[in-house]
Order: sequence, then structure tokens, then C-alpha cells
Amino acid sequence: MTTATQTAAADSFSSGSALLMLMKLRTFIALFAVIIFFSIAAPNFLSTGNMILMTKHATQNAFLAIGMTFVIITGGIDLSVGSIVGLCGMIAGGLIMYGVVMPLGYTMYFNVIEVAIIVAIVGILIGAINGLLITRLNVAPFIATLGTLYVARGMALLYSDGQTLPNLTGREDLGNQGFSYLGSGTIFGLPVSVWILVVVALGAGYFARFVPLGRHIFAVGGNERAARMSGIRVNRVKMFVYMFSGFCAAIVGLVISSELMASHPATGTNLELNAIAAAVLGGTSMSGGRGTIGGTIIGAFVIGILSDGLVMMGVSSFWQMVIKGLVIIVAVVVDQAQRRLQQRVTLMQMAKAG
Amino acid sequence: MSGIDEGDVILELKDITKAYSGIVALKNADLKLRRGAVNVLVGENGAGKSTMMRIIAGVERPTLGEIWLDGERIHLGSPADAVSHGIGIVFQELNLFGNLSVAENIFATREMTRGLRGIDHRAQVEKANEFLNRLEAGINAETLAEDLPIGQQQLVEIARAVSLDTRILIMDEPTSALSAAEVDILFRVISDLKARGVAIVYISHRLEELMRIGDYITVLKDGQITGHAMVKDIDTRWIVRSMIGSDAKDFAKQVDHEPGEEIFRAEDICLPRAQGGFAVDHVSIGVRKGEILGIYGLMGAGRSELFECIMGCHEHSTGSIYIDGHELKDRDTTRRIRNGLALIPEDRQREGLVQTMSIADNLTMASLGQFLRAGFHIDVAREVKAIKEAIRNLSIKARNPEFDVTSMSGGNQQKVVIGKALMTGPKILLMDEPSRGIDVGAKADVFLTMRRLAGEGLAILFSTSDLEEVMALSDRIAVMSNGRLVTVVDRRHATDEMIVSASAEGHKTKRMHA
Repeated sequence: MTTATQTAAADSFSSGSALLMLMKLRTFIALFAVIIFFSIAAPNFLSTGNMILMTKHATQNAFLAIGMTFVIITGGIDLSVGSIVGLCGMIAGGLIMYGVVMPLGYTMYFNVIEVAIIVAIVGILIGAINGLLITRLNVAPFIATLGTLYVARGMALLYSDGQTLPNLTGREDLGNQGFSYLGSGTIFGLPVSVWILVVVALGAGYFARFVPLGRHIFAVGGNERAARMSGIRVNRVKMFVYMFSGFCAAIVGLVISSELMASHPATGTNLELNAIAAAVLGGTSMSGGRGTIGGTIIGAFVIGILSDGLVMMGVSSFWQMVIKGLVIIVAVVVDQAQRRLQQRVTLMQMAKAG
Repeated sequence: MSGIDEGDVILELKDITKAYSGIVALKNADLKLRRGAVNVLVGENGAGKSTMMRIIAGVERPTLGEIWLDGERIHLGSPADAVSHGIGIVFQELNLFGNLSVAENIFATREMTRGLRGIDHRAQVEKANEFLNRLEAGINAETLAEDLPIGQQQLVEIARAVSLDTRILIMDEPTSALSAAEVDILFRVISDLKARGVAIVYISHRLEELMRIGDYITVLKDGQITGHAMVKDIDTRWIVRSMIGSDAKDFAKQVDHEPGEEIFRAEDICLPRAQGGFAVDHVSIGVRKGEILGIYGLMGAGRSELFECIMGCHEHSTGSIYIDGHELKDRDTTRRIRNGLALIPEDRQREGLVQTMSIADNLTMASLGQFLRAGFHIDVAREVKAIKEAIRNLSIKARNPEFDVTSMSGGNQQKVVIGKALMTGPKILLMDEPSRGIDVGAKADVFLTMRRLAGEGLAILFSTSDLEEVMALSDRIAVMSNGRLVTVVDRRHATDEMIVSASAEGHKTKRMHA
């Protein structure tokens, strides 16, 4: 009797571990599934040109999702990134077209590198405002970033009175040409934006593992009280993640306006939701404490390939939304199931060990 | 022990194990409940009695093991399952709806209805009064539950359980709020139920009650059954022996070394309470190098708050802290830790551990700064070496440091929290109830570690509400009561009576003022 129950328990235990492994690899499985599906269903899907194009699309979302991942790991959320993309794009366009009007009727123009640095600083500053609202004034992250979402979008529209800033080629006499390089330049055949993503992603991955502040992100999200009691500067960690998220959004603003050679104030609308979806699909836990940069990037690519593939198949954009929604829901359901299963397996082990 | 295996068994728990994250509450426990008898269950707090009853009542599911009812294996997935099998329970903590009447409480979830015309309130009240009269409770079924005193609320709970017409009735400390007369009535009701063949499970800390009413007795200790007998064969001494066991408290042997000079002083620490008064009331205390100072006090004496003030967790606290004679001006926890203070918090789960992280990450999270190369890069090889060292020094049972910290037992989790604090290289270690919620073996390890650290010159301040512990471990004993430091005595001059009476001191004076 006892031996029978023991072997039964052992069987269910080992099949539990196999299932657990499968669930842990779900993002990879999803990535391969979409690639295999579309390479059969959509003609031309596997061509180099299409691959590079899709990568470029997914890259924009991946930037935002990396920033979002850190924010979500601390247990917060950043809804303002889409608006930061729009505002930063407008500022980049404005700096190139009009420069900065100084007092005494004198206008200052910046070269492209300076423009990029200024725009990045603007993104970081908006992130810092989010961080200050959350840490100093105790506003819930959802509300604080919802507020900056509206403010930043409104400012982007005010900047040009809702008009598009076209034709950002710059002028030779001002030395601010070459803005298009970010969005359309290539290095070794790959778009510049993809290389930037590689650098940012490797940097973020390194940061999360080998820098104390990066490790502290996980501690703060897992148990803020315990982190504080252990001497971790919780507010500093939170400030950092929102500022980094703002920085990532600024990069996307630059890349998009450079690609189009124009700045439109509505750019980036709803991108924050795509970023959250990518992070969640990649295994980031909305309750904080868990998540990986690698998973998030795969998540961003799954979403990117899914939308591009559906377009290539000629699926209506209405159906695309339905499918995207379902994929996200399934991802979270599997995530929850995995956590429950994992807990059961651990408890079983403990019960056996006594 | 004749007749112990006889009797008409109605419910049997076979080899039940229940694990919560971090602790195994029941280990391979067997229990037989007999029809028409009072089955008594005793054990210390945390022995697993309530867990076992919650399993029988369907509130919790066992991790391993089987439940057999009347010779058939059953699964209790929810409290409703248990009720359908005729199992009723009177919980320790009251479970009444205060905003509903007594009758509505008694018939909650099985209201008497008249088809489409809804609930028949008059019939319910009538029926409820019938049950209440049997308990001679003198309660009107139409009063709101929250308007009743605690003792009568408990009677309502009992009336509800009785009205369920159960075959098995679990009573978890039913007499804790009852007067002697009410207890007598309850016992009469119990004998009545017994005569009708109901199996009663009776849990209580009052040993004389158990001797009076029990038929079979089962003793639990640390989640295991340590004794099983018929009540008529035993006496209270037998119960106490089985409850505590011979290896009850295993303290580290006293090592005699003279403490050095004073390394830490807290001067005039004050923490105002939101409701007025002080949670920590002008406390001044000093600790010497290599000394263990035990702070004894009851719940709410202000021990944890004092520690939190020392660590700089409370913005509104006042007073000054000196280490090696220098005052610490910085008020935030981070810099206090950097200056040589470390705290092992009382509530391991809420304040000590990050449950989502691995054992290794938990150990090093407070001290990552010491593994740095070039000012920002964590040297993983050095980190891993330090983790291995900590695991060995504290004899943490961790098969793989990369496993989740929640996969370990409570005692090992506590050692991880201690390891985390020690890795910051403290000069003064504050330990708030270091032995809470851990098993005997781990307790001995923790005490041994404290002794060793003190021998190495660390100053240790620990708090406890266990008299034996404070007497055995401390070099000096401080007693706190109601926020005030009542007395500090050398262990050699301390007696049990002295400390117990001092721990009530703060409340006495307060009552005099009021």
C-alpha cells in the first residue's frame, strides 16, 4: 500500500518537473511556434529583407519593454513611455528644424549627436519626475505615470500646435545633417537601431546581474520592506528604474523620427501597452520580483512577428487585435499555472524531506 | 494501555503531512476519531493541532496522506465538502457575521425558504431559539451578533455547529471565553451529543477540563503525534511530559569570557505612539563588546520598536546612538548598517526575506558592496565563496544555494537572515525574537551561533518573551514593559520572579494614572 502510493507520488512528481520545464521554456516555444507557423502560412516570410524589416519593427517595442521590465520587477508600472516617445520625437525634430532661440534674438543649433544627447536627457528627466512623484509624494505608480502620460502627450501636441515637423534633413551651413543615420543607416547589413538594441540589452542584462543597483531592483520588487531593512536604498532604486525607462523611450523617439525623417506629435500612442505585453509574455511577474531581460526581448519579438506575420497573411487589423489579446491572456494563465505547479513540487519535496 | 485500539472509529487520518512554504506543520500524523466519544487533542502553540483540524474541516488540503471516513477514502476539497460529510467545526477565532442576527448566523448558507417568497425569518428564529435554549444561553435569536458579549458569541457558534446535525463535531478551544457556569452547560450538551453517537474532537489548553470530559487523548508536538492514550489511564503529568518532551530546551553551554568595554550606547530613545503615549519611552541602554544582553518583555512591550528606532526605521523617533563613543548623526537604515549595526527582524517573512529570490541572493543582498571590482562590477567568484562560507559557518541546510529561499524550513530561513546580517560585518547585532517559529534543532544552532559570535567580540542585543531563554543566554538581562525599560540586572543576580514581576511593571503604573 505504502510503496504503491510512493511510486505514484514519484511518477506525478517527475511528470510535474517535465511539465514545469516545458512551462519555463514557453516564451521560446512561442517564438519558434510563430516563426514556423508564418514561414508556412505567409509567403516571403523567411526572406532576408522581411526578416530585417520585422526585426526593425520589433526593436522599437523591445527598447520600451527593457525599460518596462525593470519598472515592473520593482512592482511598479510606467504608462508614460508612449507619450515620452512622442514628446522626444518632437523635441528632436524641433531642435533640428528651429534650434533653440536664445535671448538677444540669437538662435543656437546643435549637431545630431548633441541633439541625441539632449533628447535622451529629456527622457531621463521625465522618468525622474515619475520617480519623484512615486518615491517622494507617494503617488501610486499607475496614477503618477498616467498623469505624465497625458502631460507629455499634451506637451508634444502643443510644441507644434499638432502639426507634423517634416523633412528633418538639416542644413549644411548649420552642420546638423545626418539625422537619418539612426533610423535608416546600417552596420554590417543590420540597421543601426538593431545594434543599439544589442548594446542596450546586453548592458541591461549585465546591469541586472553584476551591478549592485541592478540586483537591488529584484530585492525591492520581491519584498520592499525586507529590502529597506537590509539597508537597500529603495527610493534610489525606484528613481533609477523610471529614469532608465524614460531613457529607453527617448531612444525610441529618436529612432522613429529619424526613420520617418519627420516628427509627428501622436507618435508612440499605445506603445506602453505593447511594452507591458512584451514584458509579461517574457515571464516578468506583474506582482514584482521576477523577470529577465532575455525573456522580455523574446516576448517583444513574439509580438512583433505575430503582428507583421498577420499583416502579411492579410488578416484584418481587427482580428489582429483579438489574436494579440488572446496570446497575452494565455501567456499570463500559463505563468500562473507554472507558479502553482512549482509551489506544489517544492512543497512535495519538503514534505518528503520531512 | 488497554482498550486504546478499540472503539468505533468513524474518521481516520492516515500518514498526513502538511507543508506550508517554509515549514512542515504536520509530519506523518495518524489520527483516529471514535463515534460517541470525546477525542481530545493537546499540544503547545504551533504543534499542529489547528492545522489538523483545518484539514478535517476541509479548509486546508493535506500535502500528502489520506482521509478515511467510515471505511471509505474521501477527499475534502472545501469546507462545503466537509459539511456534506457531516463534519462541523467551531473555530478558535469567532466566525460570526456581526451585521446579521443570531438566527441568520445560525442558518447562514442553508436558509429556510418558502419557495419564491424568500427566507422564512419567523421559522428560522423559532428554530434558532430552540437550539439556544438547549444551551441555556438566554440569547434572543433576533439580536445582532455583534451586540452580544464574546462568551455569548461563542455559544452562538456552538449552537450553529450543533444545529448542523453533524456526525463529527470539532471544537477548537470552545471554552476560552466562557464562564464556569457556561462551561458546565456546554459539557452537558457535549454528553448529550455523545449519547447520540456524535464523535467530538475537543481541543483545549485547560488540562483539568480535558481530564474531566475526555475519553481518548492524542498529544501533538512539532507536527508529530507523541502520545495516544485513553484518558482514564493517564494523569496530567503524562500529558505535560508528552507535550514538552525530555529534550525540550537545549541551550548552548555558557562560555565564560569577560566582556570588553562598552561599544554601543542608545541614549534617551523615544518613539511616540499614534494613539498618544510612547511605544518606546525614554530608553537608554548600553552593550559591551562580547556581551549578550537579553531584553525580556511581553507582547507590545516595545522591544521591536526599540530595535527599529536603533536601526533608524522610524522618522519620528528621538534620542541618540553612539558606537565606540561616536554619535551616529545619520538617521537612515543604510548608513546605520554601514556604521556597524545589523538587525535580524522578528517577522522573517515580512521583513527578513525576499521570497522571490534564491538562497544565495538573499544572503548577499545587503552586502554586495564588498564584492565590487572597479567600483561597480560584482566579482561573482568572490561572492560565491562568501556564500559557501556563510552556509558552512551557520550550518544552513541548503542543497543548492540557487534554490528559492522558500524551499527551506523555517529554521534554515532564519539562519539565512542571520547570515545576511553577518555578511555586512556588524559590530552590534540586534536580534528580535531570534527563536520564533523554528524547530528545536535549529534553535540550538542559533543559540550556539550567538554564543560563538559573542566570544568573537560581537555585541549582541536580543529580545525574547521566553523566560528560560533569556535566563540561559544572557550576560545581562533588561526588562521592558509598556515601552519603558524597567530594570537591567546581571544574570547572576536575576531570578524568575524578579523578571516576571518587572515585566508587568509598566502596566501597573499606567493603570494607576488612569
